[in-house]
Amino acid sequence: MPQAKDVVVPVAVRNRSLLNADTVFKGLTVAAAVVVPIIIVGIFWELLSLSWPALMKFGWRFFVTEVWNPVTQQFGAASSIYGTIVSTLIAMVLAVPMSIVIALFLVELAPPPVSKVVGNLIELLAAIPSIIYGMWGLFIFAPFMATYVQPFLGKYLGFLPLFSGPPMGIGMLTAGIILAFMVLPFITSICRDVFALVPAVLKESGYGVGATTWEVTYKITIPYGIVGVLGGIFLGLGRALGETMAVTFVIGNTHKISLSLFAPGNSIASSLANEFAEATEPIYLSSLIALGLVLFIFTFLVQVISQIMLRRLYRGWSIKI
Amino acid sequence: MKPRPATGRRILNLLVNVVASLAASSGIIVLLWITIILAYKGIPALNLDFFLNLPTPPMIPGGGLANAILGTLLLTVLATVFAVPIGLLAGICLGEFGQQSKLADLCRFAANVLTGMPSIIVGIFVYGLLVLTMGNFSGLAGAVALAIIMLPVVARTTEDMLRLVPDPLRESALAMGAPRWKVTLLIVFRAARSGIITGVLLGVARVSGETAPLLFTALNSPYMMSSLLQPMPNLTVTIFNYAMSPYEDWQRLAWGASLLITAGVLVLNILARFIFGERKS
Repeated sequence: MPQAKDVVVPVAVRNRSLLNADTVFKGLTVAAAVVVPIIIVGIFWELLSLSWPALMKFGWRFFVTEVWNPVTQQFGAASSIYGTIVSTLIAMVLAVPMSIVIALFLVELAPPPVSKVVGNLIELLAAIPSIIYGMWGLFIFAPFMATYVQPFLGKYLGFLPLFSGPPMGIGMLTAGIILAFMVLPFITSICRDVFALVPAVLKESGYGVGATTWEVTYKITIPYGIVGVLGGIFLGLGRALGETMAVTFVIGNTHKISLSLFAPGNSIASSLANEFAEATEPIYLSSLIALGLVLFIFTFLVQVISQIMLRRLYRGWSIKI
Repeated sequence: MKPRPATGRRILNLLVNVVASLAASSGIIVLLWITIILAYKGIPALNLDFFLNLPTPPMIPGGGLANAILGTLLLTVLATVFAVPIGLLAGICLGEFGQQSKLADLCRFAANVLTGMPSIIVGIFVYGLLVLTMGNFSGLAGAVALAIIMLPVVARTTEDMLRLVPDPLRESALAMGAPRWKVTLLIVFRAARSGIITGVLLGVARVSGETAPLLFTALNSPYMMSSLLQPMPNLTVTIFNYAMSPYEDWQRLAWGASLLITAGVLVLNILARFIFGERKS
């Protein structure tokens, strides 16, 4: 397909002076576009310079120390990093299989009108602001967990250290489950695109030799779009890592590493949101922002990986279709 | 080769189908659960006082969130004013001029990364950029933080929508001697209008419920705002502060504010879908 830029505009109708309206217009748009990468570099620079005092004072030990004591001014990121990774892991373990089967439901099982309505409702889950998940999580879902889910898990799986301890409602597990529902729509919508774009010929050949819907999905659709599914998973992962308000409400906000998922903990984002107002000492503030730097690096890497995968996916399709 | 019996495979298939339907329902159940709770807890809080009065100290009746409602509206409008022109221009650069260029590729990549950047990180950035240099928390800083979150959303949707416009339209306009800027602004934009409005609406919806970046920038205030350079009252940070407080009347206001914000965001989202749906049909 010819691109618009290939169209030859006759020289006679061009204004050839250097400062014609088109040059100015194009320059403006390029300047606006360049703002975006500049912001990202700016974010990195700002985080680095604000967290420099803490990084200088604590050195590499900052990242492996569990102590977080504003009174003695000793700070370490280990419990926050641990909490961020564990809550994200819980979210992904729940959200990835759910998203894949929901996408399967939307593309293969549901009749088109149902699929449209259900798909839209699932996408609306992504529209609900984070703080609303926090309100609901703290006042409704955490008590629900404490009364029904955690005692049940404790009764049957309590021999595992993961599910031991008193059912308090708030804690790592509750945060992880809420995160799962928050990232679900992102992964589902990419999986749905991926499944819908697999050439019908491939799926029909599968059905033609007698495969069931699940076998077609598992052996044809998912392998065909695996790059896209992985890209979607990483996209959701990035969301879960940096999700702030919902987690702040329900994670419990204690700087302690506990093996039990029922125990309260903290994540990088929740510590930032929760303690920023109290951080009056420069070294306290700087340590908090150093946590932010860690979060920036995590999400940046995850985003880059997900972009590379999604890009490969779409490029692959533009050739194949 | 003897055919394998199909029973096991059929049962597995049935099982997956049931699990898939259950998973889809669980998503919808959570959505309904949240909306019903919001309505149940929020509607009793929404009276005239809520919309007209300023917050009162705990235990004193008659408090409202007039200042926070206005503040959130103002922050959102300002963020839109900052982000939309730059976002549209950036989208034009990506969609119209930069289909093959390396620089545009980099910007597109950066826009995707910025879309996924945690909003709290953007908050810290603006805190360092504006709050520290200007000496205090301000509504202006809050609006800038929201604008940064909105910018990549607007830019990427604009690009996608411009790409949907068929090239012959551009070519015919160029062939009539129109300069590129006129072709883009007067012809291509008109064809992509509803899609671009959708993008802007989604951007507005995304930032109007943001809390984390405002904690570092606009902060909150119990008074009516007087200046953009002062802390700006807003609904989301108010929800955070009030929900964490032990006072029942403050928690009630937090539920009211939650209902208001969610209703606004959901209406914007549904409106955006509706407008875009019109276009497609």
